[in-house]
Amino acid sequence: MSPYGTDRRHHTLTVLVENKAGVLARVAGLFSRRGYNIFSLAVAPSDDERFSRITIVVDVESAPLDQIVKQLDKLIPVVSITELAPAAARVRELLLATVEAAPDTRGQIIQLVGVFEGKIIDVGPDRLTVMLAGAPTKLDDFEDLIRGYGIVELQRTGRVALPMLDRSDQRPRAGAGVTGPAHHPEKAG
Amino acid sequence: MELTGAQALIKSLEMQRVEVMFGLPGGAILPVYDPIIDSSIRHILVRHEQGAGHMAEGYAHVTGRPGVAMVTSGPGATNIVTPLADAYMDSIPLVVVTGQVATTAIGSDAFQESDITGITMGITKHNWLVTEPSDIPRVVAEAFHVATTGRPGPVLIDVPKDVAQASMDWYWPEPDDLDLPGYHPVTVGDPELVRRAASLILEAERPVIYAGGGVLKARAAEGLRELAERTGIPVVTTLMARGCFPDSHPLCLGMPGMHGNYTAVTAMQKADLLIALGSRFDDRVTGKIDAFAPGAKVVHVDIDPAEHHKVRHADVAIVGDARIVVDQLLAALDAAGLPGSAHTRSAPGGSPADASEGGASLPGSEAAAFPRSRLVPWRATLSQWQERYPLVYDPADTAGGLKPQMVLETLRDATPDDTIVASGVGQHQMFASQWWQFDHPYTWVNSGGLGTMGFAVPAAIGAKVGRPDRTVWAVDGDGCFQMTAQELVTASSERVPVKIAILNNAYLGMVRQWQEMFYEERYSEVYLSPDLPDYVGWAEAMGCVGIRVESPEEVGPAIDKANAVDDRPVVIDFRTDASEKVFPMVAAGMSNDDIVVDPSLVGEGR
Repeated sequence: MSPYGTDRRHHTLTVLVENKAGVLARVAGLFSRRGYNIFSLAVAPSDDERFSRITIVVDVESAPLDQIVKQLDKLIPVVSITELAPAAARVRELLLATVEAAPDTRGQIIQLVGVFEGKIIDVGPDRLTVMLAGAPTKLDDFEDLIRGYGIVELQRTGRVALPMLDRSDQRPRAGAGVTGPAHHPEKAG
Repeated sequence: MELTGAQALIKSLEMQRVEVMFGLPGGAILPVYDPIIDSSIRHILVRHEQGAGHMAEGYAHVTGRPGVAMVTSGPGATNIVTPLADAYMDSIPLVVVTGQVATTAIGSDAFQESDITGITMGITKHNWLVTEPSDIPRVVAEAFHVATTGRPGPVLIDVPKDVAQASMDWYWPEPDDLDLPGYHPVTVGDPELVRRAASLILEAERPVIYAGGGVLKARAAEGLRELAERTGIPVVTTLMARGCFPDSHPLCLGMPGMHGNYTAVTAMQKADLLIALGSRFDDRVTGKIDAFAPGAKVVHVDIDPAEHHKVRHADVAIVGDARIVVDQLLAALDAAGLPGSAHTRSAPGGSPADASEGGASLPGSEAAAFPRSRLVPWRATLSQWQERYPLVYDPADTAGGLKPQMVLETLRDATPDDTIVASGVGQHQMFASQWWQFDHPYTWVNSGGLGTMGFAVPAAIGAKVGRPDRTVWAVDGDGCFQMTAQELVTASSERVPVKIAILNNAYLGMVRQWQEMFYEERYSEVYLSPDLPDYVGWAEAMGCVGIRVESPEEVGPAIDKANAVDDRPVVIDFRTDASEKVFPMVAAGMSNDDIVVDPSLVGEGR
């Protein structure tokens, strides 16, 4: 089984933080000193330049999710935390891979990339670099299938996620817990 | 008005009404020391930066105001790491300013450079590296706000030398100018949860109020007393909460925990309801957590939501300031018909008219159905335990030296009731907490969570600076004293007349006790010698009065002599019995049900 497999242990936290020096270190340091496991981590600017968004997939077997969220919320630069249970999130990830592609297997790889709706982004005499975006399980499957051809290098970005939309009123579905001053009375002191 | 960053920093501290700061200058912080000459702020020059931090903690403990310390970069900053960690564990508001190498040199391994914001990330509530002189007033205002609101704690401001030297246009930020979009502490409890807590209180048959340091931080002692007296519920006060409820009060059970008294420990074990106010179920209180208070429901009031369910699941978890929530609880109990005076508080809407009638209620009347009559069997059980398992020692057995308990009893009885007591960490700390009678809040200054040896001397100095009107005694061990004694030079030169009682048993006493009990009396690296150093000579060399006490009859006169000195510090070297152990004791990792009382009480059945 792929180490990237999704299961119920892995909850996604999207954390809005102040866009200031050292904030990522504060978040990572908190996880390390309290013994929480980070499964994946992605950081990027948000649509508001004052804030960045950190998407953390946490292993809730290492500590209760409630504790992880509350301890994160105590960090002063953390503005809000949205918790997405596996069933309530749209989760996506990007994969880049350079694969051995000798003339006799090249066609098969190209076909596989087509089936998975990926892209070929670089071509060498005997190697291809391919790109695939999608749900983590889809990336897992793709990775398993290309492994047989010989993976030279592979990178995955870590997950980003947004709450699944409710078809009726487009509010976040139940299970997408939100903390933060606007939504949650339990902001840490 | 154009100021340098350094001038702006000192002016900002003045704007925060800082009256005193503790520190020691050095290269990177040099620019900030210059405007101190012209400032209204009293600066106390310490002999080691750790002393500055602990003094600021002692000051904060007794005044309720943030303690302020300032040190230089590199080693100056790393020397204050221990006090920051200590203050973080015990939720003490501190503002520490550190110098830093110039912004252009940061990251280059410059002389006396250390990444102090990185180092202290995990032991401060927050910290700031200031990169623009124009940020200084806002950052100082933010730092004081963060340190003193919500769950209090230490903060650190790192100021590079070039930022201190550059100029800026002075301003003072309005509250709205603070840039803290992620910081909104909740102080008022959720009314529905308060109502549920009140109904648990009304139903309980064996309730205990488990008061922690948060009661003192929230200035909630008065409300706690009203809650206890009106409900008749007994109170245990943790090591951090000693004094928040008077030890002399009939409802006070004293200190719970590893060296708590039998009744306090066992009352929690047998309780059907724990009302935790500003306490955090520390392992030294709970013992083995799976076996802790197995039959108790828990109401947990804490301003830090992360404390809820962290160690022990709470049936009702209320986020809020202890003072405010206790007042809410009283109002909710009024509304539910709790008898007793409520005239000092605004009556809650819809409460029965008879609920706010003043005067004592009559047992047996309908209004008094709760709670006193229901608690009679519980209170009787507690009284039996108190009678059967008091704190004891044998004062007649003086062959091995003075009994530390006897020294503390004599000291307690020879000093004013509102004397402030600071302690280090170890046997002497536990003896002091057990044998002192704390009847006033903010009279006990100690290192609870971190357990910092060497805390007592500088903390006592800081306390005396904050409360010069009070008598301040440090109860210290000989091991602890040797860690920070040099600050008595500071006390002498600054005319801070603290008094130090060293319980000198020539050992690292608590470690010795554990080696005796759990390592088959194999004493490894715990012997210190009673005469090296010569404590009296050392005290005198530091400008203090030094007194040595070896026999019981000298104890009282020596204390009287020390109490009469008010122009310099006094150090008394009490030669105590190394074989004396702290009891009761719950061994590490054991259940509180396995509490070991003083051997002299065994045999009468437990």
